[in-house]
Amino acid sequence: MADKCILLDHGSGGLASQELISSLFVKHLDNPTLRGLEDSAVLERPAGRLAFTTDSYVVDPIFFPGGDIGMLAVHGTINDLAMRGAQPLCLSLGLILEEGMALDDLERIVVSIAACCRDSGVPVVTGDTKVVPRGKGDKIFINTSGIGVLADGIDISSKNAREGDVILLSGTMGDHGITIMTRRAGISMQGRLESDTRPLHRLVQRLLEGLPGGVRTLRDPTRGGVATTLNEIAANSGLGVELREEFLPVRPQVRAACELLGLEPLYLANEGKLLAVVSADQAETALRIMRETDEGAEAAIIGRMVGGKAGRVVITTPLGGMRMVTPLHGEPLPRIC
Amino acid sequence: MKYYDEYRDGASARALVAELRKVVTRPMRIMEVCGSHTMAIFRNGIRSILPDGLELISGPGCPVCVTSASHMDAFIAMADRPGVRVAIFGDLFRVPGSRGSLANASSRGAKVDIVYSPIDALDLAARHPQDLVVFLGVGFETTTPTIAATILAARNRNISNFAVFATQKTVPPALTVLLEDPELQLNGLLCPGHVSAIIGAGAYIPFAEKYHIACVVAGFETTDLLTSLIMLAQQIGAGEARVENAYARAVSWEGNTRAQQMVAEIFEPCDTQWRGLGLIPGSGLKIREKYRDFDAEVRLHVTLPPADEPKGCRCGDILKGISNPRQCPLFGNRCTPASPVGPCMVSSEGTCAAFHKYGLEV
Repeated sequence: MADKCILLDHGSGGLASQELISSLFVKHLDNPTLRGLEDSAVLERPAGRLAFTTDSYVVDPIFFPGGDIGMLAVHGTINDLAMRGAQPLCLSLGLILEEGMALDDLERIVVSIAACCRDSGVPVVTGDTKVVPRGKGDKIFINTSGIGVLADGIDISSKNAREGDVILLSGTMGDHGITIMTRRAGISMQGRLESDTRPLHRLVQRLLEGLPGGVRTLRDPTRGGVATTLNEIAANSGLGVELREEFLPVRPQVRAACELLGLEPLYLANEGKLLAVVSADQAETALRIMRETDEGAEAAIIGRMVGGKAGRVVITTPLGGMRMVTPLHGEPLPRIC
Repeated sequence: MKYYDEYRDGASARALVAELRKVVTRPMRIMEVCGSHTMAIFRNGIRSILPDGLELISGPGCPVCVTSASHMDAFIAMADRPGVRVAIFGDLFRVPGSRGSLANASSRGAKVDIVYSPIDALDLAARHPQDLVVFLGVGFETTTPTIAATILAARNRNISNFAVFATQKTVPPALTVLLEDPELQLNGLLCPGHVSAIIGAGAYIPFAEKYHIACVVAGFETTDLLTSLIMLAQQIGAGEARVENAYARAVSWEGNTRAQQMVAEIFEPCDTQWRGLGLIPGSGLKIREKYRDFDAEVRLHVTLPPADEPKGCRCGDILKGISNPRQCPLFGNRCTPASPVGPCMVSSEGTCAAFHKYGLEV
């Protein structure tokens, strides 16, 4: 498909659309449910409650170190399901393409989506493609929705955090956000910066099995970073959060880039990390379980839930001083996911 | 990470905190002039461990904050002109003028580009030959050399659709105004690190002598700041008023003479309006006649419209250190980082933004 690009015809529903579907989507994403190409996918009804989520992806650039927009779209939606304790079952895939997008780029993204689906065991079972005229979009926008199933008794929510609970972060902060920001600013850094995009559902299942009843809250700190997500947990639980700055894991190259650009890792997006609030007596077990996995190898205990300071996140600095950690405010951030 | 970790080490910082407690032997008022210092002091938690008697006052050292409403209105009017594309640093995007912000202008179709360096604005001009790209020059001595270098680069590269709307300011004339103010009884100045890298630590000698005020040039890391506060407290305790340089790894006594020469080649001093401080003679920079082709004010015949400061906003007194943000009736309710009324809230280095973001009592 060298030198070829997306035409308005590819979204018309006619012959060109069908060709694109069979030569690209069915070829790479094939599975028995998708193969029928009917108007909707028909699924067997699983036992248990369902979790249902949707997210749209507009990241610029569409390819970046460590991933691409397709990977984000699969991982992001799987992770949103996992954060409620659900086992992801299947995804939908909606694409909005800009006329003139290189077909090679599209194929690269579809191949990447297919690889992520295989790796995570979560298939795309239904999809849609539209094309907008040149200048009305930006190469490609993706929407994925996902359905997951919750085992009996699972109740994971930011409301459930209790006083004295311990907060864990499954790895380093800011890798995705800083990778995109430095790409956009045209800055190349010594030391490799790479997005951390990855699915977290297996890590979540390990935690749920290993700590029956002990996991209160799971959240993935994407846009707005760890700072904003912790503020949401504090607000929803009616408790305060206390952090220790020296416990926060950050890669040296991410820290260096943050110094250069005047950014704080606490506010940078992550695409493959989770915050877990667990009961204090199970915190060490939670840390051990996380560190036994690839996803959580660099996990750390970063703080705890406290009473009396509802909705506030406070951090103790290395010198023993304190400051507030407020949520991200509407800064003119570039499109990072 | 080298050059960072040794200045942030918790144990050495805690030892310095203990020493600071020992040397503050009388009430003292110290102004941190620079907005980056204000933010660093909050971020490190230094404000929460200050000994009794040591009062830190945040000064006017945030260039966005001291940009007058009249200049903001002129920026927005410029962005609205057909055929003009303005390039700005991100901080300026949401600063309110008297009728909306550049963000509002952008949403109604004005071409507003956020850049990381003036050179990016020049590249933008090269890519958009049909537009006149105007870089909005807001900044202190730290920013001006790169703007000067960009104008020289524009001339060398023969890029004629590039101009600068110069509103940069210089710090020393503003210090004079502050130190002349009878309301603001200061004992010491924590002098800016980046500005001093350009103008040199020697620039504060006349202030130390004339106003008998202790001056210490400070860096931005935890131990830099604590060491500088200790040096100031020792001077004040001993009744001394000298200039000391605690940031010698970046700042020399004479400053960056090459940058100074480049700035003098392109710019000349002029009177300019500061938000909060009013008109300060000789505190602004305008583009010299020789480089008028790159002067947006000349090319687009800009006149500065009269503009009212927002009602009830105390940014003026806050910039002078006379009020602190919590004394402003708008702080935290009508004026927040999400919906700022005054410039001290919108700039990431503004005093109100620092109090709102990090202040424990909020």
